[in-house]
Amino acid sequence: MSRSKPKVLAIASGGGHWVQLLRLRPAFEGCDVIFATAKEGYRSDVGGADFRVIVDANRSNKIGLLKSAWSIFRLIRSERPDVIISTGAAPGFFALKIGRLVGIRTIWVDSVANAEELSMSGAKAGSCADLWLTQWPHLAREGGPTFIGNVL
Amino acid sequence: MILVTVGTDMPFDRMMKVVDEWAGESGRKDVFAQIGEGGWEPRHIPFVNFFDPAEFKQHFAEARLIIGHAGMGTILSALLHGKPILVMPKLARLGEHRNEHQTATAKRMMELGNVNVAFDEDEMRAKLSLVDSLQARGPIGAYASGPLVEGIRDFIFTGKGKRA
Repeated sequence: MSRSKPKVLAIASGGGHWVQLLRLRPAFEGCDVIFATAKEGYRSDVGGADFRVIVDANRSNKIGLLKSAWSIFRLIRSERPDVIISTGAAPGFFALKIGRLVGIRTIWVDSVANAEELSMSGAKAGSCADLWLTQWPHLAREGGPTFIGNVL
Repeated sequence: MILVTVGTDMPFDRMMKVVDEWAGESGRKDVFAQIGEGGWEPRHIPFVNFFDPAEFKQHFAEARLIIGHAGMGTILSALLHGKPILVMPKLARLGEHRNEHQTATAKRMMELGNVNVAFDEDEMRAKLSLVDSLQARGPIGAYASGPLVEGIRDFIFTGKGKRA
């Protein structure tokens, strides 16, 4: 079942999370990458790369969260990536949670905006990220998250 | 042009009011704002509720200076384009955001020397009066570089870094 190239699902909500995800693109060279985010308007950011729109949500809207999780579940089920990576927020957390359940390797890069404490999603992501990263050295802890660098 | 932006999710009326007042008093006609859905509407500044991403990029590219909330999308975009940026953190305790991370973000970015910060309305008024003298550092690269990218690559290709 080995593929010639690892298949990576790179997923984030809009705004700063998406900008940070795009800054990680050199990490995906030589991979088949699917970019997923909340707005069709971001398609032009990824050139000709595979691009999908998922339902965005935040924790103030419970129905929205369910719809978001469902759209992400369907994407993961149809694409079966080898690795899922997210820079946040809620949709990325769902993707990692679902990915973990079906045995996909997962990476969480907590936003550089969270300079004082991990985001709520980022703290929860510890339970379902194989590689769990913060972008601030002073937030790294024994047992995770780890600091190896930032997107700046 | 000076572009004022409050980010992709919530309005930031406290900052918009100060910037609008300044634009009115100084008679500036070169300010344009993205105020968010349901935001207070400026009287002296042309505005939209939201740009679509393509419009946002175009306005960003054309702007000489960015005034915004302390969101990383706004800050990173300014650094990428090599634009000077003046930010004010949104405060969750005033209902401007869902949590208080923007104050910490602004402090850290200010320490790195990349970003001008006004922590409140008074500071914003003071910094606006000097806005034409704000300079940008050279632009940052298009991509993150170094250990973060390498660490992620390693994990994707070899599984290294995976927890036991």
